[in-house]
Amino acid sequence: MARRRQRKVVLNVAMWCVRIVFGALLAFPFYWMLITTFKRNTDLNNLKNNPFIFNEPPTLDHLRLLFHETMFGRWVLNTAFAGLIVVIITLVLAVPAAYALARLTGNWGAQLGIGVFLTYLVPPTLLFIPLSKVVAMLGLQDTLWSVIVVYPTFTLPFSIWLLMGFFKSIPKDLDDAAMVDGLTRWGAFVKLMIPMSVSGILTVVIFAFTLVTQEFVYALTFISSAANQTVGVGVPTYLVRGDVYYWGSLMAACLITSVPIGILYNTFLDRFIEGFTGGAVK
Amino acid sequence: MFMPAILYIVALVGVPFVMAFVYSVSDAKVGSVHYHFVGLKNFIDILHNPTFIRSLENSFLFTISSQILVLIGSTILALALRDAFPGRRFLRFLILLPWVAPVSIGSLGWKWILDSLYSVITWVLVRMHLVNQFDAPMWLGEPKLAMMSVILVHTWHMMPFATVILLAGLTAIPSEIPEAAAVDGAGFFRTLFQITIPMMLPIINVAVLFGAIFTFTDMTVIYILTRGGPYDTTQVIPSEAFFTGILGSDLAEGAAISIFLVPVLVIAAYLALRSAHRAEVT
Repeated sequence: MARRRQRKVVLNVAMWCVRIVFGALLAFPFYWMLITTFKRNTDLNNLKNNPFIFNEPPTLDHLRLLFHETMFGRWVLNTAFAGLIVVIITLVLAVPAAYALARLTGNWGAQLGIGVFLTYLVPPTLLFIPLSKVVAMLGLQDTLWSVIVVYPTFTLPFSIWLLMGFFKSIPKDLDDAAMVDGLTRWGAFVKLMIPMSVSGILTVVIFAFTLVTQEFVYALTFISSAANQTVGVGVPTYLVRGDVYYWGSLMAACLITSVPIGILYNTFLDRFIEGFTGGAVK
Repeated sequence: MFMPAILYIVALVGVPFVMAFVYSVSDAKVGSVHYHFVGLKNFIDILHNPTFIRSLENSFLFTISSQILVLIGSTILALALRDAFPGRRFLRFLILLPWVAPVSIGSLGWKWILDSLYSVITWVLVRMHLVNQFDAPMWLGEPKLAMMSVILVHTWHMMPFATVILLAGLTAIPSEIPEAAAVDGAGFFRTLFQITIPMMLPIINVAVLFGAIFTFTDMTVIYILTRGGPYDTTQVIPSEAFFTGILGSDLAEGAAISIFLVPVLVIAAYLALRSAHRAEVT
């Protein structure tokens, strides 16, 4: 008995070591962004200083530079705008599609659903070359609209897949009953199904938006002028002047971008994971 | 009701997918409207290009080694996060940040951490008298170190994703089974390797296969940290396709390079579907 208790204590200590070590390693870059954001340049550039702490009083200079002398604010607005439009396109197309696929009789709906999900796995790095021609044909090269048109290619498959699961969990008898009561299929969908799946729709909103903020390859490929750029590409490519890295402002931009998106995403993460694991954990 | 969404996906995923193959056997260039069928010329050219062969090898090295590290790390981490403990939610948030923050932004944080002069890692190693300040390692400037750095940063980015998927699988195991094993005298490691891990195998497959697809087709970490350098030693297939097809304006050759992603993609997607299906059945 005593040995078993001892073993349990050892295990507990080991678990805490893992938690602390992994937590520290994974979160370290964000701590580093935080401390760099508020450090004076003279402090950053002195190799004799201990880099983990403030050797000189903290400063807001980097933030001032970021907001007043760079296009950072513009990029944030661009990204928010693109995110908003992509969310609208995604909802308008994905919600009815998911409902229809969930209600298709036979194996058809499931097969089509899997087909849709598979398109999520076709990567931007395979499509960017042909899509750059498509974007040019549409006359959208070097505009924010180029990415707005292309981003639903990855928000749609995932959203449809996620919402299909949602609609499937609502019993079919319910829409049948509504239709007996005189509603059309479309009426049952609008008046009954949409209100019942608000939380699923909200999840899709958050995911479509965060996927837009995280995208890199398409924005890098299609947009070439700094003023039209999104934050994910603007910060790493245009905040560097020549060979000079303004690390303080760069890290401030990183911190401001990643933490809110992280919090937003984190709230809805469990649903996202359900989308990947599907039935595998039930 | 699902037709609009399907049409959108067909137009912007299906058609470009086919176009990628068409371009790969043509002489298409950026800005030119005429192109001709050239057969397998592009494929023969790239197979004679040592940089491409290198990027092909690197893609496998990059994917396999980061996925092995992710698998080991996320299994340990998922076990440490399974049971409730004070601060679990906060720790989960910290651990998730590398995945949820935009990857280009997170990589930029690492670029500063791995800076040739002001690297904090170098600073620590100098203090520990492991390296000389005037002969400090160039984390992103020496071929072997650069490859190691991009692999580790990518591992950092992917580990949270695998961890939450494994965690979902872990919490789905009825707690009576490991408890019964403990009563029968099985120790922690015996329970782990003979019960927990075998029971989680389907979900581990899902995590690894999706992780492999995302890794094999991604270029963001490499683009931000090394741009494929020094001397193309960290080039992978997606980044090579980008530099050739987009920056080098040779759409046809770029498309041919990215076609090399397809076989791996198809195999991984097939295996992922099969293991998800199997997990559902049993």
